[in-house]
Amino acid sequence: MSMIFGVPLAVLAGQLLIGVINGAFYALLSLGLAVIFGLLKIINFAHGAMYMLGAMATVILFDTLGVNYWVALFLAPLLVGAVGVLIEYFLLRRIAGQDHIYSLLLTFGTALLIQGVLTNIYGVSGLRYSMPDLFKGGMNLGFMFLPYYRAWVIVMALVVCFGTWFMIEKTKLGAYLRAGTEDSQLMQGFGINVPLLISLTYGFGIMLAAFAGVLAAPIYSVTPVMGSHILITVFAVVVIGGMGSIGGAIITGILMGVIEGLTKTFYPPASTAVIFLVMVVVLMFRPAGLFGKEA
Amino acid sequence: MNQPFNQADIHKAILEQQKAEGRKKMIINGVLLLLLLAAPFVMYPVFLMKILCFALFAVAFNLLFGFTGLLSFGHAAFLATGGYTTGYLLSNFSGLTTEMGIIAGTALATLLGFAFALLSIRRQGIYFAMVTLALAQLVFFFFVQSSFTGGEDGMHGIPRGELFGLISLENNLNMYYFVLAVFIACYLLVQRIVSSPYGQVLKSIKQNEPRAVSLGYNVHRYKILAFVISAALAGLAGSMKSVVFQLASLNDAHWHMSGEVILMTLVGGMGTLLGPVIGATFVVNLEYQLSQGPLRDWVDPILGGVFVLTVLAFRSGIVGEIQKFFRKNMG
Repeated sequence: MSMIFGVPLAVLAGQLLIGVINGAFYALLSLGLAVIFGLLKIINFAHGAMYMLGAMATVILFDTLGVNYWVALFLAPLLVGAVGVLIEYFLLRRIAGQDHIYSLLLTFGTALLIQGVLTNIYGVSGLRYSMPDLFKGGMNLGFMFLPYYRAWVIVMALVVCFGTWFMIEKTKLGAYLRAGTEDSQLMQGFGINVPLLISLTYGFGIMLAAFAGVLAAPIYSVTPVMGSHILITVFAVVVIGGMGSIGGAIITGILMGVIEGLTKTFYPPASTAVIFLVMVVVLMFRPAGLFGKEA
Repeated sequence: MNQPFNQADIHKAILEQQKAEGRKKMIINGVLLLLLLAAPFVMYPVFLMKILCFALFAVAFNLLFGFTGLLSFGHAAFLATGGYTTGYLLSNFSGLTTEMGIIAGTALATLLGFAFALLSIRRQGIYFAMVTLALAQLVFFFFVQSSFTGGEDGMHGIPRGELFGLISLENNLNMYYFVLAVFIACYLLVQRIVSSPYGQVLKSIKQNEPRAVSLGYNVHRYKILAFVISAALAGLAGSMKSVVFQLASLNDAHWHMSGEVILMTLVGGMGTLLGPVIGATFVVNLEYQLSQGPLRDWVDPILGGVFVLTVLAFRSGIVGEIQKFFRKNMG
């Protein structure tokens, strides 16, 4: 078998694949964070909880109502997105004029609340969700084995990421959004319903997180605490990339997943920490982040 | 024509008012001190010490958050570094007296604080919160993987030892008065810092950083120093906590702990001196009471709910709201 730096090619390719998949999740989550940040100027600490809600909803909908994966792929993000709109409308809006730190703390408290309640009901050991039949198995690419579902996750994540990028950069709705980011008061003056736009933006960011959750349900362990683990990593990814651009968030997310996968192949003990170490290095040499625009 | 107020009279009146306020403060502090001195005869000393350790942790955090306006989401790292260092030294080097272990723990937390500060201080606001959270997670991973911490089991049976090699701390009352003395010293230190010219600059940075810059202050250095002092005191709290409970565990390093100290400070009243102390007392008591009752599994969501409520309705916290009330009703 062919070896690369003393590692069998198949192992390396397998880890790279896992890296790309993790990276796809980082990209989806940091994309949602970037969208929300653009208009609301807050970091959504409840993002991990919403990702978790997406995954939990998929499992619970299946267990109680027999809703299958394909329906859940649309239904779960819609439901969780609605929760997001409610959070924005009833909580975040009330402290809109205050220091952004308070909105950050509010989302943090909300996340604790949601995670705590679900932990009480479902425990932390994890729910089981079986893969849709269509995705069982995989194909042999010659140098590695590619499970169908993993390929599906990568394709879906890329489609959604690109779609979001397209919507924000190329459509009229996206133009409103970008204009709102620049000067929301002027937008209001032009007769655009900015509060509604803010609600929908927050809901959309949350939907991206919940969508990532649905994708994650068949391959990761679904527990009420799954969101908080990944969220901190995503924060590091966001710091590395900077909040400057939507495209930057996507590229950085996938890149960090790959770096994590490579580390797992060559030096496993550092794999959990490597993204944070990259963050430290970036902070030292490029404090605004790779794609950051701020001074 | 009326004679306008004479400058000297105004000055005198202000001085009088300040004196009166100073007297009021002294009376409050005196009563509190008496209560704290008598408390271990009424309540369980270990519980009181727990409150004091967390109160110190919150006071340390508040110096950075409440007075400088920097929201660190990584203060658990300092608490845990202090705790683990002190625990490791006292467990493995029997020649060390307790205070040496505590000083070493505090020193290491201080160094770590300096490293955090250098990395994070160039980012502001929410970026600062994310950077500190991620750095603390790095520290958490380090503690999880290191063998000396005992991993998930934690570090048990840390000897309390003897203070200065003379006073046995195995005795809960001795231990209590030692913790109380350290706490009061730190509280007074923070009080001194906040009212010093240095503290005034910190407040000005919080209110308007560009203005502080334009006045010629090297804002970065002021913030770094505030961060380091805050980390040092948080480390000291962790060191003492590990001695009191003879235990250091991963709980102290978890992001959850960083969130809890934010809650304590916020509930008590950020930017007030007494606020974090009241907040820590409130949160520790709430957790204890809940853990005894039928709601024992609901501690986390209830804390989350308190968080949300506080941010929505009582942003000034307990002490802040009381101050507002008095200001409104007493002119």
